[in-house]
Amino acid sequence: MFSMYLEIVRMRFMMMLAYRVNYYSGILVYTINIGAYYFLWKAVYGSSEQLAGFTVVQMTTYVAITWMARAFYFNNLDRELSNEIKDGSVAIQMIRPYNYLVVKMMQGFGEGIFRFFLFSIPGMILVSFIFPIVLPLDIERWIVFLIMLVFSFVINSQINIIVGLMTFFIENNEGIMRMKRVLVDLMSGVIVPMSFMPLWAKPIIDALPFQAIAYLPASVITGRTAGDEMWTTLLIPVGWSMGLMIPILLIWRAARKRLFVQGG
Amino acid sequence: MNAIEVHHLRKAFQVQQNRAGLKGSFQDLFKRSYKEVVAVNDIDFTIPKGEICGYIGENGAGKSTTIKMLTGILVPTSGEILVNGMVPYKDREKFVRNIGVVFGQRSQLWWDLGVIESFNLLRKVYRVPADEFKKRLDELVQRLDLADILHRPVRKLSLGQRMRCELAASLLHNPSIVFLDEPTIGLDIVVKSEIRDFLKELNQKYETTILLTTHDLQDIEALCSRVIMLDDGHIIYDGGLQQLKDKWGGLETDEIVKSIYKSGSSQVPEESADV
Repeated sequence: MFSMYLEIVRMRFMMMLAYRVNYYSGILVYTINIGAYYFLWKAVYGSSEQLAGFTVVQMTTYVAITWMARAFYFNNLDRELSNEIKDGSVAIQMIRPYNYLVVKMMQGFGEGIFRFFLFSIPGMILVSFIFPIVLPLDIERWIVFLIMLVFSFVINSQINIIVGLMTFFIENNEGIMRMKRVLVDLMSGVIVPMSFMPLWAKPIIDALPFQAIAYLPASVITGRTAGDEMWTTLLIPVGWSMGLMIPILLIWRAARKRLFVQGG
Repeated sequence: MNAIEVHHLRKAFQVQQNRAGLKGSFQDLFKRSYKEVVAVNDIDFTIPKGEICGYIGENGAGKSTTIKMLTGILVPTSGEILVNGMVPYKDREKFVRNIGVVFGQRSQLWWDLGVIESFNLLRKVYRVPADEFKKRLDELVQRLDLADILHRPVRKLSLGQRMRCELAASLLHNPSIVFLDEPTIGLDIVVKSEIRDFLKELNQKYETTILLTTHDLQDIEALCSRVIMLDDGHIIYDGGLQQLKDKWGGLETDEIVKSIYKSGSSQVPEESADV
């Protein structure tokens, strides 16, 4: 059982390696993104030392970390699911003795591992030569951060699975997928840290799972959340990753009943 | 023992109706209308173990829908199915361990990777012991002539090569029942006859039950002793191929089938419509 899922992770890893240009351009795209945000934030800061409790260096570090984390947790499971449902190849998945959604999750994980080691780490090294970034040396903080990163992946994938499975009910969910992508980038703190958000938005953001994807791990690594608070913050992603299983199971069960295979 | 038992099987789909014109499109925006389409309507049949049965019918007659219900992909609207003594859509993961499926129009191999990678994954998916797998793979490779293409990415295979790999993929775990949905579609005459020979041998050697749908009646003539003919969701003929021929007085099979398709169920001789 376990070796099968491991094999699926390995195969996705190999698939990613099969397309080299994709890989090289990937590192570049992430570096350019970080660069763009660095210069944008520099312009925003102007001559001021601090904004919303962030210094310029902290901000640059925040941007670099969130983008590198994004390389790991980001995946296209929503699109993959949606395509497989639309073109009917989901039928092939149903004749295999495995859980389709777990397999999808493992494929996403293979992709995540690939990007983490081959995009994020080389990209981070490249970026730290170009921009002023100060990474913490505190081991405990790194440990909490890495644990949180795993949950970032889980929660983001769960959201993707929910959105992807909606294809069973609304046949073309392109619009919802786009909305989800913008929502995740905005509400997770990749574009703007949560502390920049207006006060009235805070309860909304706190009530949604998105902040657990990028903002919480980034606050741990940049030291905005420290000490014992780190460990209590960890409960938020743990809770969400368990809570999100419920809608997935409900949607999946309903979908199995109304499954129709398009194209005969 | 029966490999497949089907009683009063029915499957209906809700199909969305699009209203015509601009006004209709606006109406659809708020309220959609659906129409019920019955793909499979109250069919019964049983297939004993070790039989090769042909399942034929016009496009849209409900063949693929039946196959999808028998393989646990679709949940029937009503009726009973027992395959290998199990209900396919319940306990799906356990059920599919012992069946093999090939959809001629869809690939079950990993598009970007070498064929052997797919086979290795399937070994783990079906938990086939390594030595048994090796024996089985060697046999399939030799029988289906796959040695040269085993390491080629699936996307670079020709249709004939791919279909041979698909067959091998569906048989790696030595299933007792194999469902083939148009396995010879788009293949040239040489590959077709190779595949027929292979299936025949498989059936004789392992007593594998085979249910196949096809539009190529030569497949049926070469392989099947029994034919089930479907029209508009109903079974219009179920019986031996030879009896069918006898009844129609020495006509060629494709002539017989063509006239049955054209005339619909009502014109089939009464005796042959028994189940």
